[in-house]
Amino acid sequence: MTYEVFISPNARRGVRYWRELWAARELLFFLAWRDILVRYKQAVLGVLWAVLRPVLTTIVFSLVFGKIAKLPAGDLPYPLLVLSGMIPWFFFANTVGESGGSLVNNSALITKVYFPRLVVPVSVVLVNFIDFMISSFLLAIMMLVSGIAPSFGILLLPGVVGVLVLLAVSTGLWMSALNAKFRDVQFVLPFMITFGLYLSPVGFSTTVVPEKWLWLFQLNPMVGVIDGFRWCLFSDAYPFNGYSLLYSFLFSVFMLTTGIAYFRSVEREIVDVL
Amino acid sequence: MTVAIHAEGLGKKYYIRNGSAPRYRALRDEIMAFFREFPRRKEAMQEFWALKDIGFEIAQGDKVGIIGKNGAGKSTLLKLLSRVTEPTTGEVRIRGRVASLLEVGTGFHPELTGRENVFLNGVILGMSRDEIRKKFDEIVEFAGVSQFLETQVKHYSSGMYMRLAFSVAAHIDPEILIVDEVLAVGDAEFQKKCLGKMQDISQGGRTVIFVSHSMQTVTSLCNRCILLEKGTVKRQGAPSDVILEYLGSGQESGRVDYELLGKSVGDEFVQLLFGEFLDCNGLPVIEADIRHPVKIRMGFRVKKKSATRYIPNFHFVVPGGLYAFVSSPDVSPELPPGDYVAECHLPGDLLNEGAYFVGLAMTSFDAGLVIHFFESSALTFNVRDPMEGSVGRQGYANVIPGVVRPRLKWVVEET
Repeated sequence: MTYEVFISPNARRGVRYWRELWAARELLFFLAWRDILVRYKQAVLGVLWAVLRPVLTTIVFSLVFGKIAKLPAGDLPYPLLVLSGMIPWFFFANTVGESGGSLVNNSALITKVYFPRLVVPVSVVLVNFIDFMISSFLLAIMMLVSGIAPSFGILLLPGVVGVLVLLAVSTGLWMSALNAKFRDVQFVLPFMITFGLYLSPVGFSTTVVPEKWLWLFQLNPMVGVIDGFRWCLFSDAYPFNGYSLLYSFLFSVFMLTTGIAYFRSVEREIVDVL
Repeated sequence: MTVAIHAEGLGKKYYIRNGSAPRYRALRDEIMAFFREFPRRKEAMQEFWALKDIGFEIAQGDKVGIIGKNGAGKSTLLKLLSRVTEPTTGEVRIRGRVASLLEVGTGFHPELTGRENVFLNGVILGMSRDEIRKKFDEIVEFAGVSQFLETQVKHYSSGMYMRLAFSVAAHIDPEILIVDEVLAVGDAEFQKKCLGKMQDISQGGRTVIFVSHSMQTVTSLCNRCILLEKGTVKRQGAPSDVILEYLGSGQESGRVDYELLGKSVGDEFVQLLFGEFLDCNGLPVIEADIRHPVKIRMGFRVKKKSATRYIPNFHFVVPGGLYAFVSSPDVSPELPPGDYVAECHLPGDLLNEGAYFVGLAMTSFDAGLVIHFFESSALTFNVRDPMEGSVGRQGYANVIPGVVRPRLKWVVEET
């Protein structure tokens, strides 16, 4: 087996880059596998964490928004409304949050071995997707208990989840690259994520947003995703504007292309700044 | 000759912050400065070329040692070759699969078990899962940790950890292996094992690039050497020549004067003053003709009156760490306080071609061996073979092995 490795200031351009990325897919799975293993090493605590966090937040949000603020939930039980928003939100927030520190946390690896650096933030998505599956299972149980059967809209769920993943990956890419360059990002990021939780329809339904502010609210790409997620599950019980999901999709494509471009520009000098 | 690695005009530029001493600043000022300097941060930095215009060619199967002082650019060069970082200028072409070991245990996770880490580390180093599965038993056996496979590596001793890590790396089976100082780990026994494994790897026709501070390891493993200095290739060629240049760079005259260096070597009885390597004309040199006699001189000071009989002795070592011989005078009289010179005459046609390191020592037997001082590799010199009239040549042009090459009496006759 003989092949040429070519090293020069501009060697990692074009097709070569993507071929290398493809060749590194096994590494991608192993990195994700490592993080999953470590997270669920103490199996009970790990799974409990994935379950407990959405459950506790759901309880608190249901009390605050449902019972105290008395916001409407349509025909849905309030906890179900919250949980169905919480699951995509947590996936997004955790992925973005962990991606932010991912390059810096893996600096021991990055400064010693070469592999396409894109693998690092992408593996974060895989890890969080496991959490997403676990909490989705929880949601399924809750729907079963509440006697709410999913509508045909559930067939479109993979599409919505696809947009969600795309959005999480692309934002994560941006954050990981930014944080490698400007370490302050990791202090700002948690704040932005907490902020985003209240700017997204997690604890409430989009219907409570006044008509004239709706356009502003829907500038947040997570609105379309969360609403889409709920609509797939509850269709009739939850009003949904398809354009907001389309916007989320276009937004995430934009973020992904710019994110990859920015990531690659940082990637070139990353070892020197870590 | 098939070229495995071809490098041309290779350079790497870093920016370093201006070394100006910071004035007293409040945190508020720091934040302000951050915003003020933010758009032109790079201008506040200084350019620094860690490597500049490096060019070399490495043939397939070559074992190349890269030596040089700290900061000469060795690590940067390895980082470029293993693609961890990108060059600023120039290019490298590499033929064959590369595995680089810039560190032992890269990617090991303390929470994972030995078995899990073998797989993780293997994939990180570029093996496929099937390859690892195939070599798994071999890896574990080499590391000698088979009972602890299911134990988290955070519970390993540092020796076990290093053994397992090296073992994974040693089994990558690449065509080109790039290694950085990894042999400086573990106990002596394991180091020996590692060296053996490295030798196996290099004898299998693979190309090895090896950075080390240990000249012994470099000479025993490598057939070529590249000396880096201040980011440029100062010399490349046969290990003994290059190492000589490297070691001799502080001592160009063939004389080392400890008083001038301000270095006090010795104990309360005797002190080493200087060492010299002299050619047949009595001049300090660093190179001598193989046919000519040479002298090693050592100056020392006896500080106290005592009944001790001091025995000066010179230790001749060749690159690779092999002792050529040790020499001391037959008789050692009692010496009253004062300055002395001990001189050892080496006849022509005794030493072999190549580099020698001379250790200067003073010992005495006074109810057991006492070492008053021992400066290993105090002197370095090269023996040059003019290829004419020297022992054993007669037209043979290759390297003649051996730590010495004495002219002996031969008789060939009909019986």
